Amino acid sequence: MTAPIMALRGVNKSFGPIDVLHDITLEVRAGEVLCLLGDNGAGKSTLIKIMSGVFQPSSGAIEMDGVNVTLPNPRAASEKGVATVHQFGGTFPLMSIGRSFFVGVEPAKGWGPFKVYDRKRANAIAVKAVQDFGITRIDDGDRLVGGLSGGERQSLAIARAVHFGARVLILDEPTAALGVKQATHVLRIVNEAKKRGLAVVFITHQVMHAMAVGDHFAVLIRGAVAADFKKGEKTREEITDLMAGGASMASLEAEIEGYMASHGGHPPQPAE
Amino acid sequence: MSSISFGGLLRRPEAGAALGLIAVLIFFAIFGGITFLKPGGMASWLNVAANLGVIAIPLGLLMIAGELDISVGAMVPFGAMTVAVISGHYGLPIWLGVAMALTFGVIVGLVNGFLVIKTAVPSLIVTLGSLFAVQGIVLGLTVLITKSTSVALATEGPAKLIFGDFVLGGQLQVMVLWWLALTALYVFFVHFSPFGNWIFAMGGDKVSARNAGIPTDRLTMILFVLSSTSAAFVGMCQAILYNSAQVAGGQSFIFNSIIAVVVGGVLLTGGFGSVVGIFLGTITFAVVTQGIYYTDFDRNWSSLIIGILLLAAVLMNNTFRKMALSYAPKKGGKA
Repeated sequence: MTAPIMALRGVNKSFGPIDVLHDITLEVRAGEVLCLLGDNGAGKSTLIKIMSGVFQPSSGAIEMDGVNVTLPNPRAASEKGVATVHQFGGTFPLMSIGRSFFVGVEPAKGWGPFKVYDRKRANAIAVKAVQDFGITRIDDGDRLVGGLSGGERQSLAIARAVHFGARVLILDEPTAALGVKQATHVLRIVNEAKKRGLAVVFITHQVMHAMAVGDHFAVLIRGAVAADFKKGEKTREEITDLMAGGASMASLEAEIEGYMASHGGHPPQPAE
Repeated sequence: MSSISFGGLLRRPEAGAALGLIAVLIFFAIFGGITFLKPGGMASWLNVAANLGVIAIPLGLLMIAGELDISVGAMVPFGAMTVAVISGHYGLPIWLGVAMALTFGVIVGLVNGFLVIKTAVPSLIVTLGSLFAVQGIVLGLTVLITKSTSVALATEGPAKLIFGDFVLGGQLQVMVLWWLALTALYVFFVHFSPFGNWIFAMGGDKVSARNAGIPTDRLTMILFVLSSTSAAFVGMCQAILYNSAQVAGGQSFIFNSIIAVVVGGVLLTGGFGSVVGIFLGTITFAVVTQGIYYTDFDRNWSSLIIGILLLAAVLMNNTFRKMALSYAPKKGGKA
């Protein structure tokens, strides 16, 4: 078995006295979608910030292709092929598709100090990259990004990351703000990225979306990996339950049942 | 594609500015005749536009990048006073005065940029602070050194010719040439060189821009240095032109340049605008303030026209921006 593209080994992260992540061990493999599930505040965003070089782990190691690496900043991470696409697409609403696509790596023609931004080439490459992902409605690179739908913007951002050589694609709640149809678009693109051999880390708290594309699931509760399982090993209800903090949910139910048994079947009064 | 069509032109950031300028020109042509479009009349508003424009473009770039710099209002007298005190009061070489004026511009720009980056305090507040601080320095030091609030400066030779003289028949300030040259330079760097893209990206979404590998901190510093140095440059040139410098004055540049920039189609929240738009906005502003002299109206009304113009320009620019956003060659564009 080949080494995973990216692996976290016993990663801890604390901010001063507050421990945010405990002993996280995760692996992301090529052509596989790892779904990172967890409620708000479970540490998902801290975890992806460590993977994308924004934060440094307090202890533990990050491996890429089986070799220990440090990711001192987002740039170093993206040079190693780790790309993060955030909820709002990481695109610029008032820029054209072509310009937005090439931010930071603008293609130029000409020579010396007279290098000129190559609009035609940028537009052509950007439109082709997005269309290759199946978003055929984008066909004019001069259109402004803000005129695209949420799903199209996400797709543009993902296509951009893939075009610039991402090997690990971290998607931070890409479907959270989208309607059903738009979300389907994005999920299709996640599948396409997977088919191209990328390792995808898909962060969400929508279990349905996770189950549609995930190969591997990790549930994060209060900064620790509470469950780590493969596709088909758990049902939707089990996963939802886990995310809601499984154990505490079960104990709450037991408590209520106990109260009802001793109070003639009446549930407890809601707290005031 | 359809980028040369009428609709395509309307979707450009400078569309509102161009239409506004045409409207203003027609207005003054009707009420004041075309005198202000003849060479003598043109010089009057071109001089105003040039001094304003040299500051408005870098300020506009800052606004496109999502920042603001109102300390330019203090940098104009600072630049003027620096050159006047060094080369006028102390009688040192003019080039030393010029170099010092520009150096102070760079320093204040660096301080502004540094504070904005490190404290994350909105740049309006940071530069409001530096506006007053620099005003205090100018007034305090000038009175301390010269015992006066006005300092004379006599310049001769090439420095006078380059920075503060009249050209082309003696009515046009040399600043007009600086303005045109700098505008051409800015147009190239902002709209044609690959770097211009970074400014727009930064104003559109700073975090994404940084994630895309754009050195946002360095770019912020550069833009602040550019705006305060440009303001110091204008002040310095005015001192050389008029052979004297005053501690007051310059505050009008704050609002005037913001008006020129906004009329020029720059979005206050950043990410949208163009150098050509700012250029046109500056001309529009200058034509309104100067054109009023060629009409029978009392000049006190010019502020009313500017106020209306500003509101109309913002509304028009909003409309055009919506058009640009919702533009799609086929179906499917949702704003």
